[in-house]
Amino acid sequence: MKILTGNDLKTGAVTWWDGVQWSLHVEDAVDVGDHADTILAREMAARRVNAAYAIEAVKDEQGVRPAHIKDRIRALGPTVRPDLTLKPADPTAGDWVI
Amino acid sequence: MYKYDTYDQAMVDARVEEFRDQVRRRLEGHITEDQFKPLRLMNGLYLQLHAYMLRVAIPYGTLSSAQMRMLGDIADKYDRGYGHFTTRQNIQYNWIKLEDAGDILADLASVEMHAIQTSGNCIRNTTSDQYAGAAADEVVDPRPYAELIRQWSTFHPEFSFLPRKFKMAVIASDIDRAAMKLHDIGIQIVKNEAGEIGAAFYVGGGMGRTPMIAPCINPFVPIDQFITYSEACLRVYNRYGRRDNKYKARIKILVHELGKDEYTRQVEEEFAHLLSQNIEPPLAELERIKAMFADPPFEAGAPDELDRSDPDFALWVDNNCVTHKQPGYIAATISLKPVGGIPGDASGEQIRLMADLAKQYSFDELRVTHAQNIVLPHVKKADLYTLWQVLEANGLGTPNLDLVGDIIACPGLDYCSLANARSIPVAQKISQRLSDKQQEIGELKLKISGCINACGHHHAGHIGILGVDRKGVENYQLLLGGSEAADTSLGQITGPGFDEDGIVDAVEKATQVYLANKEGTERFLDTYRRIGMAPFKEALYG
Repeated sequence: MKILTGNDLKTGAVTWWDGVQWSLHVEDAVDVGDHADTILAREMAARRVNAAYAIEAVKDEQGVRPAHIKDRIRALGPTVRPDLTLKPADPTAGDWVI
Repeated sequence: MYKYDTYDQAMVDARVEEFRDQVRRRLEGHITEDQFKPLRLMNGLYLQLHAYMLRVAIPYGTLSSAQMRMLGDIADKYDRGYGHFTTRQNIQYNWIKLEDAGDILADLASVEMHAIQTSGNCIRNTTSDQYAGAAADEVVDPRPYAELIRQWSTFHPEFSFLPRKFKMAVIASDIDRAAMKLHDIGIQIVKNEAGEIGAAFYVGGGMGRTPMIAPCINPFVPIDQFITYSEACLRVYNRYGRRDNKYKARIKILVHELGKDEYTRQVEEEFAHLLSQNIEPPLAELERIKAMFADPPFEAGAPDELDRSDPDFALWVDNNCVTHKQPGYIAATISLKPVGGIPGDASGEQIRLMADLAKQYSFDELRVTHAQNIVLPHVKKADLYTLWQVLEANGLGTPNLDLVGDIIACPGLDYCSLANARSIPVAQKISQRLSDKQQEIGELKLKISGCINACGHHHAGHIGILGVDRKGVENYQLLLGGSEAADTSLGQITGPGFDEDGIVDAVEKATQVYLANKEGTERFLDTYRRIGMAPFKEALYG
């Protein structure tokens, strides 16, 4: 599947396109098929996202998982600071990245 | 320390308001990201993996207590409670909001700091010896010369859009503690036989994807001409440096392709022309700056002995402290590399504590080292035990300077959008694995980069590690034999790379080869240079 990610213009937070708006959680990301360029152009022009781009991902029973480790780290947070990730209470969250 | 005059303050204040307005226009949609990006980069604001990252300049690594305290306050007020000290003696914050950027710069300006020229193709923060002004072996304090470079290079109209970024370092001793020959321009302040001060110029060094050691192109430029000579070096580069290929745009490529002799000829020709233009700052300005770097009021006759009866204290003194030029004083390094910790990170609370300790024990002064540690440069020996106790109680007393646990590591893929692999977890694992053996191993400078850009100085590590991307999987190459000291050398790759756990095993094996072959007081690097790569390859791949 192809999903969209970028950063919030004001805060810089990593966001994912959920079909309607930009979510902080990669599990909300939806397959945009062939519409990536259209959505990206529209959303960046409206400043609802910054520096956005399309990536490959897979969806399985654990949810949406970006294909590349860099985007998995973006989705979770730094593996060396679990307290600063989106799942600070889950000590095994970093396993998902690797 | 240097104090801003009205011009310095006015320029920095004006830049704050200018950038505040640029941010406003971006947020309101009056300028696009393509238009805004070069503006924010000129103010040290990157967009990294998780958020905006702000890199704050710390000229030649020197800070006052008030400045250090402000860095801690910014960490808590605008970031997530910590900062990351870098290999260019700067500090970075990883979780900055664009809407806060103007306020942060204003806070920095209130203590004579900024983030100007910490990115972009311009002359970056000039680095120096972390023991400047304290070292027993220096010819002079190099910082006034670094400060003059800062003033000359800040907003220099001709050098604001160079072919690529440009890094300078200034030292003033034969022992190089600033990786001087691995800079675009490295300057060693020297004294000739007549007792005159001058500058030796090393040009065309660097790390990155094409590491090179800078050759000396002029061993003695009179000190009242060294800015003019710098201008000549830059002008030839700006004229002929390659702008068609960013990977070949650094000055090291130009010097290499022209050859040292031809590059030098062109610099000398330009230098002769510039001398006729009389562009050198007046010596009175240099003297004005030097007066601000006068020695602090050392106590004459301060006791020169230390009570070493506490073995943990004695170990810390032996590892982390160096001789001071003033009897009764010592320069103490606070390691930001606790066992298993993140190299270079410090919490807001720790940053403020170090600020307080500097105020109380080091004449209000601190230094950031390019190895990502903090130095209190002027500590009275009589105060050292009390100081150490406070450090120890706050997780800042790790006795590992220049040992295998004192690892330089770039932020790597945990934070950096350019990285191919994570650096920090590898550093943490090596630190934990070898912590019990590091005293036995002795001096071993280990440096880790998460990509070929080499922010972690892997080429110059006695042991270097380079993280690469192999089909989407992190892989780590091992290098041996690098040095950033006066005996500068570039590490050589041992062979095929390793996975994350494999690279930790490989480093341990390399230390075992060293210990098995060590003669006398040889360091790891000495043994490697004597026995060569073969025994290490045999242990790693045999």
